Amino acid sequence: MADLSLPLAVPRHRGKTLRVLLTEPRVVLAGGFLALLLLVALFAPALAPKDPLEQDLMLGTLPPAWLEGAEPGFLLGTDDLGRDVLSRALYGTRIALTVAVTAAGLSALIGTALGLAAGWYGGWADRIISRMVDIWMAFPPVLLSVLLVAVLGSGLHSVIAAIVIIDWTRFCRVIRAETINQAGLDYVTAARAIGFSRRQILFKEILPNVAPVLAALISLEMGIAVIVEAILSFVGLSLSSDTPTWGGMIAQGRQMIHQGWWVLVVPLLALFATVLAFNQLGNGLRVALDPVMRR
Amino acid sequence: MAVSPLITRLGLALVTLFGVAVIVFCLLRVVPGDPVAMMISPSATPADIAALKARYGLDLGLGAQFMLWLGAVARGDFGTSISLRRDVLELIGERLPATLELAFAALVFGILAGGMLAIFGTLCRRTPLEPVLDFLNGLFLAVPDFVWALALVLLFGVFLPVLPISGRLDPSVPVAFATPFYLLESLARLNLAAVGDLLAHMAMPVLALGLPLAAIIVRTLKEALIEAMLQDYVLLARLKGMSPLRLVVQEALRNAVGPTLTLTGVQFTFMIGGTVIVERIFAYPGLGNMAIDAVINRDLPLIQGIVLTFGALFIAINIATDLIAALLNPRQAHG
Amino acid sequence: MSQPLLSIEALSAISTRDGGQPVLRDVDLTLKRGEVRGLVGESGAGKSTVAKAVLGILPSTVKLTGGWVRFEGQDLMQMKRAAFSALLGRDITLIPQDPQTALNPARSIEAQLTDGLRLKLGLSRTAARARALELMDEVQIRDPARVLAAYPHQLSGGMRQRILIAAAFAPEPKLVVADEPTTALDVTVQKEILRLIRRMQEAHGTAVIFVTHDLGVVAKICDSVTLLYAGKVIEDGPTARLLNALRHAYTRALLSAGPRYDRPDAGLEPVPEAVFAQLRAEIGLSQSNSEGPRS
Repeated sequence: MADLSLPLAVPRHRGKTLRVLLTEPRVVLAGGFLALLLLVALFAPALAPKDPLEQDLMLGTLPPAWLEGAEPGFLLGTDDLGRDVLSRALYGTRIALTVAVTAAGLSALIGTALGLAAGWYGGWADRIISRMVDIWMAFPPVLLSVLLVAVLGSGLHSVIAAIVIIDWTRFCRVIRAETINQAGLDYVTAARAIGFSRRQILFKEILPNVAPVLAALISLEMGIAVIVEAILSFVGLSLSSDTPTWGGMIAQGRQMIHQGWWVLVVPLLALFATVLAFNQLGNGLRVALDPVMRR
Repeated sequence: MAVSPLITRLGLALVTLFGVAVIVFCLLRVVPGDPVAMMISPSATPADIAALKARYGLDLGLGAQFMLWLGAVARGDFGTSISLRRDVLELIGERLPATLELAFAALVFGILAGGMLAIFGTLCRRTPLEPVLDFLNGLFLAVPDFVWALALVLLFGVFLPVLPISGRLDPSVPVAFATPFYLLESLARLNLAAVGDLLAHMAMPVLALGLPLAAIIVRTLKEALIEAMLQDYVLLARLKGMSPLRLVVQEALRNAVGPTLTLTGVQFTFMIGGTVIVERIFAYPGLGNMAIDAVINRDLPLIQGIVLTFGALFIAINIATDLIAALLNPRQAHG
Repeated sequence: MSQPLLSIEALSAISTRDGGQPVLRDVDLTLKRGEVRGLVGESGAGKSTVAKAVLGILPSTVKLTGGWVRFEGQDLMQMKRAAFSALLGRDITLIPQDPQTALNPARSIEAQLTDGLRLKLGLSRTAARARALELMDEVQIRDPARVLAAYPHQLSGGMRQRILIAAAFAPEPKLVVADEPTTALDVTVQKEILRLIRRMQEAHGTAVIFVTHDLGVVAKICDSVTLLYAGKVIEDGPTARLLNALRHAYTRALLSAGPRYDRPDAGLEPVPEAVFAQLRAEIGLSQSNSEGPRS
């Protein structure tokens, strides 16, 4: 009755990784959607039917094309200032992806460095870093991000900085635990017996083995970053309300919810799909890249 | 739990809380813009400003300011809100109960819904229903409260307008409350009209906060239940003729609930963090909503008070979780 | 005695995993009332599968393809679900393999010992408790009142197994299936437990199916033996005759593979490969499908 399968550190074959990834449906579907989103962000000016900033109060609060009272050319309607909802949503991918990539990348960098240091070297480094993480965890993240943006001043850089300052702990905690986990496995002892230095083992043995977890975490963090940016825009602390962001559109849509629900629905769906895609990609990566779960 | 680990835990909690205080204090000293300039009329003379600074201790060094502030906080003096011109502790006292009622209602909902769905999911194992439940669960795990809150506003506020989309209590409900715990007080007084209206206002925020929590509970608890259902003692109980439901509830649940409990504690702190934005979306007059206003208005004393309150709340929840987990573990309770 | 208590006829089963590998091939077994039958074979021989078929708890990876299991003349396979459930735990009970995992760590001994009595015999709480105290006395547990109030982790392995034996005999069943009840115990405790099962069986006139891979245990407790290899009955008869004759190469091999109580440090002797080869030829198996599924 007992399952005696032991988790072993399986050597990774770089060439195979891509093929393994393509067999995981979540990675293919979510990755495909996100690639599409990236194209939309890159070619937003060509794809958008209107200028996202162009206001025309005569054309305010127009419904989407399939409803009565719609104007041709405004496929998903307009907001109260007469701006094209579709064009703004398309341009919104730019901010969303910029924040996702930079904020997740930077938090991963800082969090992984500290997590590896705490997990691998232990001692006082671990004590200080772990206590810092505990203190960080005692703040409500949304409140802290609002606070940070208030301190740093609103704008894209502040939003990214706030996310990094808050979310490095996510990486730090997981990478620390994973490092401690890996450090106890036999292959590390073997590497030490051969005479590798601690630093060599850290970068040559440990890091490649925590990489799958890291990849999954980065994808999940990108989803979180998109949400945080939307929340800060919603509260009015991200970019000026002119700039097309999903969060800004959502805030506007929430205010005019009874006049024009589409102003809220369109960016909300975009946000929903993007977050779901990042999440599924992360989960798919975790399963596909895990040498133990891959069978 | 033995006494000494508890003391260690409390000691660490105090260290953490002190760290929170230091960070809040430092953060707010680097805020651009002179808070005093914002509190005073433009016609004030430099002498007026200096007098005001002296009153708030702002003319001292950072270390001295911190000690002054910490001493005041320890005495329960959080200062006066700059934007609302009222005592910070009083303001928190008014708003915190609203947030607590909301958070605990969402916690109860999340635990009940999550627990029942986990048990249901365990019973539905290897049936066509299982992939459907897993898919829905994945959806609720992936998408956070912010998005659900707005989706609910659209669904029950606009397309199917059955629930109020903002506030805590309709002004037409004539109640003079003696305490800020409106829901508890109405329940105690058996004022059903007020209870109904309060619950209607809470329904959507509670769903938005509670559904992701329920989803996490379902995933963790179901996994543990399925693991426990494979144990020999469950097999023996099955041979004794226990119904599947009773097998799950009586035999498996108590052995499976440990990891879920710890996780629920952690998730509850995240959920309280989530009240900040959910309260904003539903214009619910809680602490979080006030916090965002305080930040926008750069109301330093109020921000400090609120953040410290949240920090203390988080730490208290963590300790409570540890205690409950220790009490429920038979190895420690009866050992 | 005309009708046997249990008769298994031509029972066949396949594994649903390994491409329909046979697990049981036309297994026959007849058990008289009050008889202790050893069901012997190496791991994967199908002895546990037979026991699980009698209890109706076959894993989803095993599918019955033919044969009958008759208990007091009734076909268990054709029986209504409810009637079968009523039978289980009252007329047929189980002594499980591992006392570590067979008691629920979260419930008191009293709760676990009495719920069979209450559910199956409809005893009241007080009556069930009184009966439980009697049973504890019968399995030689000192201070039964204290043990009833205890939780499993407070008791030794031998003590737990005594409680499981008490629970198995509690409803006065006609058949007890003992699934390797001594494998998880110390050698010294093993002997006591074997004696206890034998004494309980004699006192209550209960038939026992004793699943084991250990012919030493069989010699101590069983009246008769059914020997399985690769899902097939290759020997069936009174224990004395079987042990004395040692006609079969497999029997000899298995016996020499058993642990030596006189020399516990000697370890297990491997069964010579030549013996297996001969056996395979004898029962008409090819090399490739000789590995049955693990029980």
